[in-house]
Amino acid sequence: MSVGYSPKTLAEAQEALGKRPVKVAGATDLLVIDHATGREHAAVLNVLGIAELQGIQVDDSGLNMGAASTFTQIRRSAGVVRHAPLLASAAATIGAAQIQNRATIGGNIANASPAGDSLPALLALNARIVIAGPRGRRVVPYDSFHTGYRTTLLEVDELIARVIVPLPSPTVQIFRKVGTRAAQAISKVVVAISGNRAGGSGLKDVRVAMGSIAAVPTRLLEVEALIQSEPLSAGLADRAAALVEKVITPIDDIRSTAEYRRHVAGQVVRRALLVLLEAPTE
Amino acid sequence: MSTKYRFTLNGQPAEVAGPPMARLLDVLRRDLGLTGSKEGCGEGECGACTVLLNHEAVCSCLVPLFQVEGASITTIEGISAGDEVSELQRVFATEGGAQCGACTPGMIVTIRALLDRHPTPTRAQVREYVSGTLCRCTGYERIFRAIEVLTDQRLAEGVASPSAKGVSGE
Ligand SMILES: Cc1cc2nc3c(=O)[nH]c(=O)nc-3n(C[C@H](O)[C@H](O)[C@H](O)COP(=O)(O)OP(=O)(O)OC[C@H]3O[C@@H](n4cnc5c(N)ncnc54)[C@H](O)[C@@H]3O)c2cc1C
Ligand code: FES
Ligand code: FES
Repeated sequence: MSVGYSPKTLAEAQEALGKRPVKVAGATDLLVIDHATGREHAAVLNVLGIAELQGIQVDDSGLNMGAASTFTQIRRSAGVVRHAPLLASAAATIGAAQIQNRATIGGNIANASPAGDSLPALLALNARIVIAGPRGRRVVPYDSFHTGYRTTLLEVDELIARVIVPLPSPTVQIFRKVGTRAAQAISKVVVAISGNRAGGSGLKDVRVAMGSIAAVPTRLLEVEALIQSEPLSAGLADRAAALVEKVITPIDDIRSTAEYRRHVAGQVVRRALLVLLEAPTE
Repeated sequence: MSTKYRFTLNGQPAEVAGPPMARLLDVLRRDLGLTGSKEGCGEGECGACTVLLNHEAVCSCLVPLFQVEGASITTIEGISAGDEVSELQRVFATEGGAQCGACTPGMIVTIRALLDRHPTPTRAQVREYVSGTLCRCTGYERIFRAIEVLTDQRLAEGVASPSAKGVSGE
């Protein structure tokens, strides 16, 4: 039979983590698979009760979010809405209300699905991940967290404790998810774009991140370089779209085809740039 | 290991022994005999199993027992106090918001959460809240009607603030 740990602090959790329990947050990924496969876990650890994994605040480190924050808490947080509106938008597209009330950002990251909707958002926001375990705490750039299809830097006895978005965050933030319907749909393509205005109609510090188009959420470095190489224009938007189609290598799967994904990804970037071209610069 | 977990269920203390990862839905239906919450999909998609966990709508098929220790849970049985139906249930009946009834318990619980947060919701808020609770019969229009009838009554009576309805916070 299974043992359940419900630590209240990281110190308590660290003791239990030595026993290699399965970490349980909102269980919106875990229980689906447990129930479908009938698998059982020798030991489970509830991460939701750990004080250090709770709360969203702005501090010296930046916008500092507990890994056990639910997507409802994230989308309702004034700090997130102000500093990371693209993450608030991502949170609002995850599942429906019942899922958002339980699903956590730490679970989304650790689950490491290529279709995880918060993941491109965190790439575009240059996030850092605070990892805690028996050997202490370490902070890693989110850029380096995913090491391959569903593999990450996380060791079995470690937890994701916090997710930090450095401030000031980019002033231009755009999030688009393309799925079958607005609610409960795993994305076919998800795009997060961030940057700052560079005088005139140009952009700088551009980040373009996508999900569901590769084994891991991915930044499109060539596309970023192109977008900031000249002022925004309809021509630039077209060329950026063509470059997106060229550099990404999505696959056919049950949710979509590679061809559709490539086309849509390019068009999402093109339209985002056209919106920015029209928008008044602040 | 079968541990005892304590929580508040429909306002009353409850205690259940079971494995930590037992699904709340099974605990409610099998151990506690509350069969109002339905299992549709068992994977978080359909919302037929929706209950309130600390006042928020969640799929009870995806809540492990060990996480409800100390929590407050409201099921459809707790929304219809005894044999009295609630105002919300009454407008569902008069407006045809329920047809086959399979989705109805989950739908009522979901809308309860919506009305606790937005006592007079807009159509957009209603659509967003019920998007995770699937109904194959009504086409949703009659459900929206029922909510609008209730909202109109509330506005007419001037009851629009959450505090007026005795909601105990987040
Ligand atoms: C109906 C439905 C719709 C969904 N829609 C979407 C969607 O639109 N977009 C999307 O991205 N996802 C979606 N999901 C998937 C899921 O809800 C998300 O991936 C969610 O963020 C997972 O978080 P959780 O807290 O529920 O994780 P859990 O299921 O509790 O855990 C997931 C994994 O992460 C590990 N883990 C959890 N927390 C930590 C931590 N702090 N440190 C280390 N490891 C940890 C667990 O051990 C497990 O391996 C959906 C799921 C369902 C059931
Ligand atoms: S049975 Fe829980 S969501 Fe369908
Ligand atoms: S009334 Fe039949 S599914 Fe909704």
